Amino acid sequence: MGIAARHISKTFGGVAALDDVTVEVGSGRLTALLGPSGGGKSTLLRIVGGLEEPDAGSVVIDGIAATGVPAQRRNVGFVFQHYAAFKHLSVYRNIAFGLEVRKRPKAEIKQRVTELLELVHLEKLADRMPSQLSGGQRQRMALARALAVEPSVLLLDEPFGALDTKVRKELRDWLRRLHDEVHVTTIFVTHDQDEALEVADELAVINNGRVEQVGSPDTLYDHPANDFVMGFLGPVTRLGPRLIRPHDIDVFAAPMSDAVPAKVTRLQRVGSEVRAELRAPDTEPWVQLTRGQAESLALRLGDTVWLRPTQDASTLAAS
Amino acid sequence: MTLAAPGVERRGAGFRRAAAQSDGRMPLRTAAGLGLGAAVLWLSLLVLLPLAAVIVKGTGNGWSGFWDALTTREALSALRLTVFSSIGVAALNAVIGTLIAWVLVRDRFRGKRVVEVVIDIPFALPTIVAGLVLLTLYGPHSPVGVNWYATTRGVILALLFVTLPFVVRTVQPVLIGLDREVEEAAASLGASRFTTFLRVILPAILPAIAGGAALAFARAMGEYGSVVLISGGLQFKTEISSMYVYSQIENDQLAAAAATATALLAISLVVIGLLDIVQRWAARRG
Amino acid sequence: MDSQIAPAATTDLSAPIVVGKAPTQPRRPRRTGTYVLRSIAVGYVGVLVLVPLAVVVWRTIQPGLDTFWETVADRTAVHAIVLTGVVTGITVLLNVVFGIGMALLLVRYRFPGRRLLNILIDLPLAVSPIVVGLALILVYGQEGGWLSGLGVQVIYSIPGMVLATAFVSLPLVVRELVPVLEEEGLDQELAARSLGANARQCFRRITLPTIKWALAYGVVLSLARAIGEFGAVKVVSGNVIGQTQTVTLLVDERAEQFEPGAYQASILLIAVTVICIVGVSLIHPPEGRS
Repeated sequence: MGIAARHISKTFGGVAALDDVTVEVGSGRLTALLGPSGGGKSTLLRIVGGLEEPDAGSVVIDGIAATGVPAQRRNVGFVFQHYAAFKHLSVYRNIAFGLEVRKRPKAEIKQRVTELLELVHLEKLADRMPSQLSGGQRQRMALARALAVEPSVLLLDEPFGALDTKVRKELRDWLRRLHDEVHVTTIFVTHDQDEALEVADELAVINNGRVEQVGSPDTLYDHPANDFVMGFLGPVTRLGPRLIRPHDIDVFAAPMSDAVPAKVTRLQRVGSEVRAELRAPDTEPWVQLTRGQAESLALRLGDTVWLRPTQDASTLAAS
Repeated sequence: MTLAAPGVERRGAGFRRAAAQSDGRMPLRTAAGLGLGAAVLWLSLLVLLPLAAVIVKGTGNGWSGFWDALTTREALSALRLTVFSSIGVAALNAVIGTLIAWVLVRDRFRGKRVVEVVIDIPFALPTIVAGLVLLTLYGPHSPVGVNWYATTRGVILALLFVTLPFVVRTVQPVLIGLDREVEEAAASLGASRFTTFLRVILPAILPAIAGGAALAFARAMGEYGSVVLISGGLQFKTEISSMYVYSQIENDQLAAAAATATALLAISLVVIGLLDIVQRWAARRG
Repeated sequence: MDSQIAPAATTDLSAPIVVGKAPTQPRRPRRTGTYVLRSIAVGYVGVLVLVPLAVVVWRTIQPGLDTFWETVADRTAVHAIVLTGVVTGITVLLNVVFGIGMALLLVRYRFPGRRLLNILIDLPLAVSPIVVGLALILVYGQEGGWLSGLGVQVIYSIPGMVLATAFVSLPLVVRELVPVLEEEGLDQELAARSLGANARQCFRRITLPTIKWALAYGVVLSLARAIGEFGAVKVVSGNVIGQTQTVTLLVDERAEQFEPGAYQASILLIAVTVICIVGVSLIHPPEGRS
């Protein structure tokens, strides 16, 4: 079951936001749509949620064709970047909204809302107004609100984009744990690759309206399909004719077979790591080392070292 | 010239939220002090003194004198007509004004720009011209045979004409500024278009509707020029308070005129005060 | 009202269902509700405002151009036009001077009674024009007015008419300037001062250019209001034909006496109104004016 969006195309004012995009999410899985801003991922999400109609393609949710069905009847939960809180309603009434609209009995609503308030740890704030909450609290409320109607699918559009880094990290972990508990098929959109790598079961990288690659975080990180995906998911540098991850380069103080000589042009300590910029015959790679590695090599500016990809480094031909 | 500003912090919006110290305002110096003096003098001569004179004259014969002047048969029936028509007109405008604002903001069609301009006409048109315009179409020489001269209907029509823009123009900016995502959220939760309007949009625009309705009410209470022609001034039937006051002035009954005038002032001020409170409450909420 | 597509029967995910739509301009299908609302709105506005106006224009044009010139160029009409021009001119000037001054005071300075000043400026909006006239008579009337000993004839002459017109148009310029001045803040002025500019230079080079458009807007509003003022001026002027009769009073008299020329004089006023509205919408697109 799950979600299947197939051959979706959408044009806005002459510009193709999505071009024959197909993404499938297994039931109960957490998939991230990752990509740069304006790449089309939000559009895809909104099409799945019924907030936009595609020009071509189909959407099937839990086995039922959803194309053309308005958002009201798709039973999807949607969470927006800027919370979209109902400002005139309390936290309780916000969460209860979907149930009230479905004319559920008061007792049932009370039970469900209380459950959700506990789930998102907002029990003490039930009677507050959204304007009295912090950003993180508002987003937790928005999530509870979306979950209240027991949606078959949960869609999150850059849910942590408007929050501070620290809060973002906390909520990221919290979302993962929530998903592990609740198991709703979820798609979330983000342009932050760390977020995607940490939270998702599966990633779909979308750029310029096209799907670049779909797979698990490890697969995409270690075996990127093209240089865009490689560059987007992590640091990249060039060694000779290949693109390689800077932490996948071995550094030797003495010449080694298959190793390329390079001169250290810059050394920078970033927290617990050391970043070394070098000049090789035809490229200027940089290497990421741990402090230990840097110290054991006794790296100095101007030193000549030898560089070689590690055993299981995956590389791409540079274009 | 020395720098006089105590704080260079940029001000927040609106007078009410200005902080005590660093609100970016300067204390009064001589030049500005003179300016203030001039402004106060001007306002006193123009507004304060005259309005005070009305209240003093109206209440000059004590509370009983005021009450007697206010409750003569003619004054009372004029007041009753004025208040009830103003309330009715404000209420009608609340509904139709919101509808028009909605169409102007959410709909797109050829000629919408024309409608926008036409809506401003009643506000800018000289009241006597408005009166003539309405009398032409709905009076004794009406080309469509509708004669509402000297009827309450005619009075209400004139009031509707002049109050048309008020609710529309207060609601419009609020509608424009509405967060569309909130409506999408409601839709994703299963709310129909109508339910979304009722539960999400309406609460957000209610303060603006109330504000516009209050302005319409205040305007209708005091309206003269647009009503005087079509109303015909029938005592006890189509004479509104402003016309009554005018007739009292003409008969040199200034005290009687001032009594009703004071009542009109009081009612309008109360309504505007309430409006202020409603808007503050709404601002705090969202 | 919503598109009524029922969900298909349970489908196997592996068999793709392609429900293709031709890629067109994204135009949402209009629901019946939209058309109903639109017709009510346009109909209401049309019937209430446009139709009556159209009838008046027709009644004006119908007798022909000669009648138009006759009624508009006769002595009383010309005098009314000139008088209206004089009163309006003085009033707008007063509004600009005091408007700028009061706006600056309200925005830039701190003093006791600032809130009261704010309220006073808005007061005219809530007062009936007849009450305005009465109020002025009570203060400036020759018999028993509070300031009757001034020596200058105020009521039943031009100064009174100016006061009445200034009263009703008092807030118009100020309310346009205040938001703009608030938005600008003091920063620019302080920068200018620190560079050595004195108060007059500051005003001319910084403040005035900033408020240019808002001022123009306020002037046009004030102009339209002043030209159109009726009730207050009727009370205060004594309405003496050929002496203290403005164009609005002229229209009133001709309408009440069923004399020809009420429509023609009205058309003059309507034309000025429309020009003002159009001018105003060119300066600033119509959005939320109250």
